[in-house]
Amino acid sequence: MANLQPEGTCKAGNGNAIITLLNVSKSFVTGKRTIQALDNVSARVQRCMITGLVGPDGSGKTTLMRLIAGLLEPDKGTVTALGRDATAESLLVQASAGYMPQRFGLYEDLTVSENLNLYADLQGVPGDARHERFRELMHMTGLGPFVSRLAGRLSGGMKQKLGLACTLVRYPQLLLLDEPTVGVDPVSRRELWSIVSRLVREEGMSVLLSTSYLDEAENCNEVIMMFEGQILGQDRPEKFSSTMEGRTFTVSVPGMKGRILQKKLLMREDVTDAIVQGDCIRLVMQTQGNPDASALVPDTPDITLRPVQPRFEDAFISVLRQQRSARIMNREEDTKPGPSPGGNGGNVIEVKNLKRRFGDFYAVKGVTFSVERGEVFGLLGPNGAGKSTTFRMLCGLLPPTEGMLSVAGHDLRRAPSAARAHIGYMSQKFSLYGNLSVRENLRFFISVYGLTGNAGQKKIQWALDQFELGDHAESTSNDLSLGHKQRLAMACSLMHEPDILFLDEPTSGVDPLARREFWHRINALAEHGITVLVTTHFMEEADYCDRLAIMTAGEVLALGTPAEIKSEVRSAKIPEPTMEDAFISLIQTSARGERAS
Amino acid sequence: MNGKPGESGPAESRRAGSRMRLAGLVRKEFLQILRDPSSIAIAFLMPVVLLFLFGYGVSLDAEHMPVGIVVEKPDQDTSRFLGSFRQSRYFEPVLLSTMPEAVEALESGTIDAIIHLRQDFSKKRKTSGDAPMQVIVNGVDANTARILSGYIEGAWIRWLGHEAIAEGTDLKIPVQMEHRVWFNSELRSRNYLVPGLIAIIMTLIGALLTAMVMAREWERGTMEALMVTPVARREIILGKLIPYFTLGIGGMALSVLLAVFLFNVPLRGSVIVLFAASSLFLLTALGMGLLISILAKNQFVAGQAAIIVTFLPAFILSGFIFDINSMPAPIQVITHLIAARYFVAILQTIFLAGNIWSVIAWNALALVVMSTVFLGISRRKFRKRLE
Repeated sequence: MANLQPEGTCKAGNGNAIITLLNVSKSFVTGKRTIQALDNVSARVQRCMITGLVGPDGSGKTTLMRLIAGLLEPDKGTVTALGRDATAESLLVQASAGYMPQRFGLYEDLTVSENLNLYADLQGVPGDARHERFRELMHMTGLGPFVSRLAGRLSGGMKQKLGLACTLVRYPQLLLLDEPTVGVDPVSRRELWSIVSRLVREEGMSVLLSTSYLDEAENCNEVIMMFEGQILGQDRPEKFSSTMEGRTFTVSVPGMKGRILQKKLLMREDVTDAIVQGDCIRLVMQTQGNPDASALVPDTPDITLRPVQPRFEDAFISVLRQQRSARIMNREEDTKPGPSPGGNGGNVIEVKNLKRRFGDFYAVKGVTFSVERGEVFGLLGPNGAGKSTTFRMLCGLLPPTEGMLSVAGHDLRRAPSAARAHIGYMSQKFSLYGNLSVRENLRFFISVYGLTGNAGQKKIQWALDQFELGDHAESTSNDLSLGHKQRLAMACSLMHEPDILFLDEPTSGVDPLARREFWHRINALAEHGITVLVTTHFMEEADYCDRLAIMTAGEVLALGTPAEIKSEVRSAKIPEPTMEDAFISLIQTSARGERAS
Repeated sequence: MNGKPGESGPAESRRAGSRMRLAGLVRKEFLQILRDPSSIAIAFLMPVVLLFLFGYGVSLDAEHMPVGIVVEKPDQDTSRFLGSFRQSRYFEPVLLSTMPEAVEALESGTIDAIIHLRQDFSKKRKTSGDAPMQVIVNGVDANTARILSGYIEGAWIRWLGHEAIAEGTDLKIPVQMEHRVWFNSELRSRNYLVPGLIAIIMTLIGALLTAMVMAREWERGTMEALMVTPVARREIILGKLIPYFTLGIGGMALSVLLAVFLFNVPLRGSVIVLFAASSLFLLTALGMGLLISILAKNQFVAGQAAIIVTFLPAFILSGFIFDINSMPAPIQVITHLIAARYFVAILQTIFLAGNIWSVIAWNALALVVMSTVFLGISRRKFRKRLE
């Protein structure tokens, strides 16, 4: 019969690996392109700990997970899990491992308890043992009050916890979680991590968890760093960070905008990474040792430089940079000042008490904010917060139910097409013509906006140069990498020289280097006087914005500069709150307020 | 499973596990069917709509056809002639005074045919016995036109016969035909359309619905979650076959009840043979549905493919509406690949003629072969792998 009791005490540290990969290669053919998802990968995953499989999308994490679960056959090499060959004896591996796929594998038209019962049937949990086990699982996940709710009606975080509960109906010895925290709000992310660490600590489970959030690597006991089908390294997360010791600093210059300072720093050859963090810049140098503060940026006598603790992400970026020797930005980029840099041109977007109803559900309930010319304005919030709905209304794609909104001086309710001429929009999903080449896509957008002849040709050339797409001009858009697709989409949205650019989750699913590069382009646009509105669920990206609104459940919880929002939640317990701390505390306060009222 | 060797043998506990998994899958499928309005629509609503459409709406019989009759010089002869048309249920005679008027009516479609009796009709009939009568038929719908001209000829001959009896003379027709129609003596098209519909309904449930729900599992990622459980391929396939087989048989039972009690279609063969043949066909349809979904893995493509390769052929090439023998030879060859063809033949036989084994046996054999082929290929193609 099935194993219904936890293994109990864990025989940790006996060097006995639960998963072994030996020279594993796997490739897929899509269209004309062969993708080498895994390239001669070898690794060992230890028992009784959380091993994180960390890397950007497309680095081969899911392929690796599926190979271990016996869902794919390797082209080359062997995969051993729980002492058995995962390919030849996949049924036996599957009987003692639990695997949660990226989309949780829930039947949305079944209730919570029906889903649990189905997986209990499939895993062979006898009827009399179920009651007790379900009670435990419901207690652990906090889903108790919702057992008779349809899974499709649960929030993203609750779905994820139900998915986890379904894989845990019979204590698996090995738990494989494929990107369990994608598309889940930060509060649920923290809850999931605490559940998983308890399973390891108290029930002696071994967990392999993949994630593209680099900050989650620090929660793991050991990290396997993956990139483009290869393992870049495997170690404890502290070990990765410690290699960066003495190379990480924060830099600030009073009165200088973060992104101007960032740009100046990135001009230097000896800088590995520089990202905006509130008022200051987090700087990663290529070599150890204290750099001369005054020499870092010319003509800034009041610059301050402070060493900080390295993080996993620093190590990751550093390794990637060695791998690709890629530049973050075009250092020779023209630095001509734009027409009206910085937010001083008055409000270009004005939103008052904006509401949108779908049936009897309010997706957006009374949102008010304004955006100045040349500002980078962020809308931050978990999935379902109403960000995309707000965006669509601002672009005139969706009529508001109530409220006032004007874009570039045009009332969107009266003159949507006049307003639209000023707007560039890049949607969340890749919405270009996949079977047209890069050049054909650009030409199409040119013709849509009525640019022809020489001017059009010049514009296409500008886009190819500016977005470094020249080498791919003739390749089919579908065959581009995600980062290149993103660039092309942005180029297309800029073809008619809009004053305002709407970017809906432009960086989701893009690797950290490409994300940095993308933000440099956004900053460059803002410097040229283009107003940029961007939605994101990456908390750290909020720091890159001039101002932002935090949204949840259709409401704006906080509005202001990143520093203002963080200071709102500063307390004795969290003296230096990160954006994520701020977000979680704001959401918790609002949930408490709701319960009280 | 790392089981404790207990009171029951390993084989028995394996069987118990398999039963539990299968029961879980079947229960899940039924719950999904009940909660998904589109499966309810395909499984219950569509059959009823189709049955009513074909039972009441679509009729291939030509009845109450409007016929314009132009009589240039009315007299007793012509009014008796007219009378014989009025009595017939096939015609709806409209008396028109001039030919131009009649031509206009034909052109505008208010009448389907013109019968033109010249002013010398009665005179010529009496004197020379050779009275010309002009008949113009709207030939746009060739089928109706053929039926119509046949009926007019029949009505005319009947009238001649009556006239001859009235006059006490013999009608001088060298050979007289006395015909009797067997199996469907009233020549009601409903009687063969409604049984044939059962094949269409079962194709919908067996192939279309099954292909869609299986593809949905691939699309929503639930198949991936199923595959990493200890469930066997056979159990996943049976977990789909059992619910949709039940649903298909339900659809069949509903159709048979409606056919017999609402539409008064005779059921001359045995219900058991009908059930057995339906089961065979349903297995074939399920096999096709499974195969399509395994190859397509996408609801849209699976739905389109199922309609094009199963539903439309069942409609057009099965002999359900269009007689296979009157199709061009190459198309007739192709119909042998259509499972519905064999089932429609069995259905029409069981309903209208009875248990005619010479027909049923061969067609049933063809269904056995086809269901084995489709289910066999599905079983082989379906892997517990994501490639």
